[in-house]
Amino acid sequence: MSGFDESLLDDADETERVRFVVNGRKVACEVAPRETLLDCLRNALELTGTHAGCEMGACGACLVQLDGQAVHACLMFAVQADGATIDTIEGLTESGVIADLQAEFHRRNALQCGFCTPGMLVNAHELLSQVTRPSRRDIRDALSGNYCRCTGYEAIVDAIDAVAKARSERGGVT
Amino acid sequence: MSAPLTSLDRPNSYIGRSVPRPNAKRLLAGRGRYVSDLRLPRMLYAAFLRSPHAHANIISIDAGRASALEGVHLVATGVDLAKICSPWTGTLDHFKGMISAPQLPLPLDRVVWAGQAVVAVVAESRAIAEDALELIEIDYEDLPIVADIDSAREGGGPLINPGSANNVCFRSQLDNGSVDDAFAHAAHVVEEELSFGRHTAVTLEPRAIVSDYDPSAEMLTVHHATQTPYQFQDLYSRHFGIPEARVRVIATDIGGSFGMKLHVYHEDMAVVGLSILLGRPVKYVTDRIESFVSDIHARDHRVRARMALDAKGEILAMDVLDLTAIGAFSTYPRTSVVEGNQVIRLIGAPYRFKNYRARLEVLFQNKVQTSQYRAVGHPIACAVTERLVDMAAAKLGLDPFAIRAQNLIADDAYPQTSPTGYRFEALSHQACLKRLHEMMDYDGLRAEQAELRKGGIYRGIGIAAFVEITNPSPAFYGVGGARISSQDGAIISLTPSGEVRCLISVTEQGQGTEAIISQIVADQLGLAQEHVKVITGDTEVTPHGGATWACRGAGIGGETALQATRALRRNILEIAALILQEQPSALDIIDGEVVDAGTRNQRMPISEIARIAYFRSDTLPPGTQAQLTVSHHFAPQGYPFAFTNGIQGCSLEVDVETGLIKMLKHFIVEDCGRVINPMLVDEQLRGGIVQGLGAALFEECRYSETGQLVNGSLADYLVPMPMEMPDIVIAHIETPTADTDLGAKGCGEAGTAAASACVLNAVNDALAPFDATINSIPITPARVLKALKRF
Ligand code: FES
Ligand code: FES
Repeated sequence: MSGFDESLLDDADETERVRFVVNGRKVACEVAPRETLLDCLRNALELTGTHAGCEMGACGACLVQLDGQAVHACLMFAVQADGATIDTIEGLTESGVIADLQAEFHRRNALQCGFCTPGMLVNAHELLSQVTRPSRRDIRDALSGNYCRCTGYEAIVDAIDAVAKARSERGGVT
Repeated sequence: MSAPLTSLDRPNSYIGRSVPRPNAKRLLAGRGRYVSDLRLPRMLYAAFLRSPHAHANIISIDAGRASALEGVHLVATGVDLAKICSPWTGTLDHFKGMISAPQLPLPLDRVVWAGQAVVAVVAESRAIAEDALELIEIDYEDLPIVADIDSAREGGGPLINPGSANNVCFRSQLDNGSVDDAFAHAAHVVEEELSFGRHTAVTLEPRAIVSDYDPSAEMLTVHHATQTPYQFQDLYSRHFGIPEARVRVIATDIGGSFGMKLHVYHEDMAVVGLSILLGRPVKYVTDRIESFVSDIHARDHRVRARMALDAKGEILAMDVLDLTAIGAFSTYPRTSVVEGNQVIRLIGAPYRFKNYRARLEVLFQNKVQTSQYRAVGHPIACAVTERLVDMAAAKLGLDPFAIRAQNLIADDAYPQTSPTGYRFEALSHQACLKRLHEMMDYDGLRAEQAELRKGGIYRGIGIAAFVEITNPSPAFYGVGGARISSQDGAIISLTPSGEVRCLISVTEQGQGTEAIISQIVADQLGLAQEHVKVITGDTEVTPHGGATWACRGAGIGGETALQATRALRRNILEIAALILQEQPSALDIIDGEVVDAGTRNQRMPISEIARIAYFRSDTLPPGTQAQLTVSHHFAPQGYPFAFTNGIQGCSLEVDVETGLIKMLKHFIVEDCGRVINPMLVDEQLRGGIVQGLGAALFEECRYSETGQLVNGSLADYLVPMPMEMPDIVIAHIETPTADTDLGAKGCGEAGTAAASACVLNAVNDALAPFDATINSIPITPARVLKALKRF
């Protein structure tokens, strides 16, 4: 029994109450300090559209919007997000803000297994809210933190490009 | 003026049409149902303590403190699980003399690779289970390790299988023709040794399993992120002694598979065992680091090959030695020798020559198992062949296109048998070659290359022809005694409202299986596609079948659906004929309406036929029993495989200062027979190419001398990202197989098959002015600089 630090487990046991606005609703959760925002969204809130691909900020599968900006839910502890406004793929879908992106991804088959897709959409949404008419190179560059293992990326780039065009023809950003 | 009518102008003609996938909307809304998302009542979570040693004896395991931790339900070792799970051995009968050690979920007394799971903990959360792992103490006694191909071949070194004479898993030899004679009389001989690093699949969703054993019903339900649910139903049944009908495997949405998710993994067997021991659902999802050390790896070959040619540049003979290291044992149930076997049989496949000799040596080493991953053996066979062809062209002063035009099998020379024994029904190499030449603007690229070279910019152009194995028949695994089905089944029903439900054994991993099956059903029945619901991936619901591996979804699954639908259509028209007092042959179905075959005048909606058959059978003539559900199975006959072919080309730039390679453009001309949905095929080809380019340029599982994987994270193991990947231009040539009515062959591996070869040739082309050559994959900047003697 020697050498084992009991406080390790006490720490793990402890929980904190955090509050966020998730997809437009106020929610409160009890989270352990070591739980990431990704854990909290997927487990406590059952918002499984946010995916875990690497849990180290490399793959982009876990991107969500936090106070209007795309962040990696795997790189943030849930307690750090206390007080934040968070939009996941579920909320972005319901509110309709990415409906044109989703429709274009669908039309062009810009996804296969769909595991990278929520993160791709969050990132594309972020890109198009910052740059009205990105070049294909800009799009590829912006997506460089989003791995897709199934597609050749080209349909994804095409879809984002088409939405950018359509949005700017409609007269600017949404 | 209107264009001439094609078959696509008929209403409900979906075969050949780029329609979007119905199921993709769900995934786009974040409503995928991946196994990693699943949570069941009373579910517990497993975690595994893994060996830090590549080879060691287990002296003792002390799990007392872990078991005592609050929230821990079970700590299990190899001995606990061995009581309920019978061992498995990854050999096939037709690979004569092949050996591999029997495997159990967790080892009893020895570990054979770093990262092997040794002890399992089941707890109320994954975090608690991981806390408990830290409290387990294992005493190991290090054993000498076999780290690479050379040490595996050395006599007198450490043995991985105690009791065996050496570290050879399998040896095989092909000898066809007079190879020595051909080399002795050749005008030219080219020779090279090529090495291929270990790669791994890196599916974006790691492996995931939820096993739920209900002791009261004696029923095992496994939610398993796999491509092959029926195979696992059979395995779980046999190895845990549960009747097959009481084992249900459900594979819903899968976050990528590429061949990686059809092998038996120790942890998966352990999780099934843990749920049996506990009588509760147990979930396990590998994290990314675990994936790197426990998912199958692939490739890891060293091939020495030479090619003999006559003075005019005709290929006369090839002579090959393939050494491949597969890890500490062979995978089950498909074995780890299939890749090497396919390498030596696919080498030279596109070319017309008779004299071929190849030796294969499959070796054990203290690393994780290698096995089938997308385009099994193809990239290696293709790179070896195409590199030698380019070397021969250079030696003879021929253009790469010219030497291929001279030697590729002529399009009118089929059927053909390759010197390695493969029978080709009909391929289109020459047509593909021509098409690629135009599509690339080859002459323009060459002129540009010459111009830029003057300014110190080094571009390379590479091409590579390939043959792809698809639609495997029972001759593949069946003859080796593996219970892996080559047939598929479909159950198709007309619902009371006149819609169609199709249960089919081929599975969906995002490549669009459900979409193409609904296209085929709608097309053959004469319905709108949205009225067809396709259900896959549940052994309790869908009929038994091989499911999705080795490119059989469209070719075999599609044909199954086609034949099942035709049978249902006959039945519907028979009932309609009774109701309408007509001959069935005088009727047709268009847009869900029974019509007169000749005039297309509407007679009756099929929903009305369904209504009458289900609810008013009293109004049908006596003796009529309406068969509005049809079950049908189909197994390929005729050719053992439906081979496909194609050619890839690429243009790239090598920075000779940094060794960095920039892909400029990639091209593919591909012939997968009848194309069912061009849009799905195109992105599938692109996805395959990008995976192949990853292997060509970045991906390598690197090990230290002590057998530790040193780049087991997504920050260290590089997979292609959008920025490095080129646009990919695609053209199709369609040579349908005559073995089926549908005529479709596979396309999933075509992209991966030739991408490395293409890049290898292009980089060597770019480096030609420096007299530098590259002979290993991946082609990293360090290897380029080394070849340039700048590193
Ligand atoms: S899971 Fe967060 S970036 Fe991969
Ligand atoms: S669609 Fe599978 S990872 Fe992108």
